Amino acid sequence: MTAPSALQLRHLLGLEDLNADQITALLDLAAQMKAVNQRRIKKLPTLRGVTVLTFFVENSTRTKMSFELAAKRLSADTMGFAASTSSLSKGETLLDTARNLEAMAPDIVVIRHSSAGAPHFLAERLNCGVVNAGDGAHEHPTQGLLDLYTMREKLGDLTGKKVAIIGDIAHSRVARSNLHGLAKLGAHVHVAGPATMLPPGLEQFGCSVHARAEPAIEGADVVMMLRIQRERQGNDLIPHAHEYHRFFGLDAARLKLAQPHALVMHPGPMNRGVEIAPEVADGEQSVILQQVENGVAVRMAVLYAVAATRGLDAVGG
Amino acid sequence: MSEATLLLDRAHLDQVMRNLTDEILALPWAQSGGDFPWFIGIRRGGVAVAHELARLVGVTLGTAPQVGALDISMYRDDMWLKGPRIAEGQTELPGDLTGRRVMLVDDVLYTGRTVRAALNAVVDFGRPQSVGLAVLLDRGGRELPIAPDATGYRLDVPPDCKVQVRCDSAGRLHSVVQVHNE
Repeated sequence: MTAPSALQLRHLLGLEDLNADQITALLDLAAQMKAVNQRRIKKLPTLRGVTVLTFFVENSTRTKMSFELAAKRLSADTMGFAASTSSLSKGETLLDTARNLEAMAPDIVVIRHSSAGAPHFLAERLNCGVVNAGDGAHEHPTQGLLDLYTMREKLGDLTGKKVAIIGDIAHSRVARSNLHGLAKLGAHVHVAGPATMLPPGLEQFGCSVHARAEPAIEGADVVMMLRIQRERQGNDLIPHAHEYHRFFGLDAARLKLAQPHALVMHPGPMNRGVEIAPEVADGEQSVILQQVENGVAVRMAVLYAVAATRGLDAVGG
Repeated sequence: MSEATLLLDRAHLDQVMRNLTDEILALPWAQSGGDFPWFIGIRRGGVAVAHELARLVGVTLGTAPQVGALDISMYRDDMWLKGPRIAEGQTELPGDLTGRRVMLVDDVLYTGRTVRAALNAVVDFGRPQSVGLAVLLDRGGRELPIAPDATGYRLDVPPDCKVQVRCDSAGRLHSVVQVHNE
């Protein structure tokens, strides 16, 4: 058995808070969960009697479904709460809503919120495990973990691997979680994007910053494309989507600069023809749909670790 | 680390394995010449026993039964007492269990909770025709209504002690010792 401490997790708020051993233990556990997901009977009894509440105060389809599926595969009960249909739209504060939800005695609240820090706010105030499913431009730790899982599954040990992350680094919680996680596992990260999408101080993550896509992609083991968030700031930060595609989009020619075995990744949803060309998104090197598949296994590992850690606390172990 | 007391040396253990093999060969399916069960060792201790048993049965019958390994860590009832953990090995079976006879194999039978978990795990890999239980050692102390179909050796061990079946570097059964719980 792995030293239990590496899997003890009272909340998952960000990959910034985890060390390499904790990340590795979660990825190892996710590999076992993936084996469950490939069986005919995709179910474990492990979290019977555990209630998982998904509290999504921002739109999401795949992350919410992925968490719900992960909880169900572990036999937990799930309840969903969507902002648009809830009392939040009637003026209730986040804390009041959360306290009402807490009165239903969930063991774990999975929260997505447009404000950075909302999961931390709840973790400090609620008596249940909090899992961050994306908070503003801060972190999206389970996306980071599933990206790390996918890379490790395909490439093995990530020490010394070159990972290019291209696009809107400034507003991407996916990029931030990956920057923390990849640095901890020893990968070299190269980011590139238009100046309007590169925040100052990126060097503190230990990554190399490029104004053009080519030097980031050259020789890379992984090319991760970020979504241009057209519903948010995206359209104000670039002159035109076509122009963005010309300079930063991943097409077959640009991908040739990377290693022949390089993985093409994207957290979804994709803007085909903007950050990624269809021939690359659907190409042999693309692992985009495997990222989605691995997301369920990774979230099972996270829910299990948080639930079992809190169970241990409850019995005073 | 507390002192280990030797319970069975290698020669004695070999005799116990032969007893267990004879008990298995006396079971109705073996006598009637029915389909051979798959010997599924419960991780971790049961796997080495399952391999050795399959070899011994094969010596008598000419063909050795197929062997698998079952990881039950996600099926245990003590997660809330012990916190999150990760198993060292995964379930590896020769195939879907539907329609198969299964002989669960473990090294030490004690409270029965491990077997309870194993029964739940097995049915997640198909619907076996039947499930039996063979154990190398039965130390009594059952907390659930579980009884083995074949037992190598029965022994009395104080409740504050643990029974360990040890293997040599080649993974072959070597000896049985008793140690005090930490």
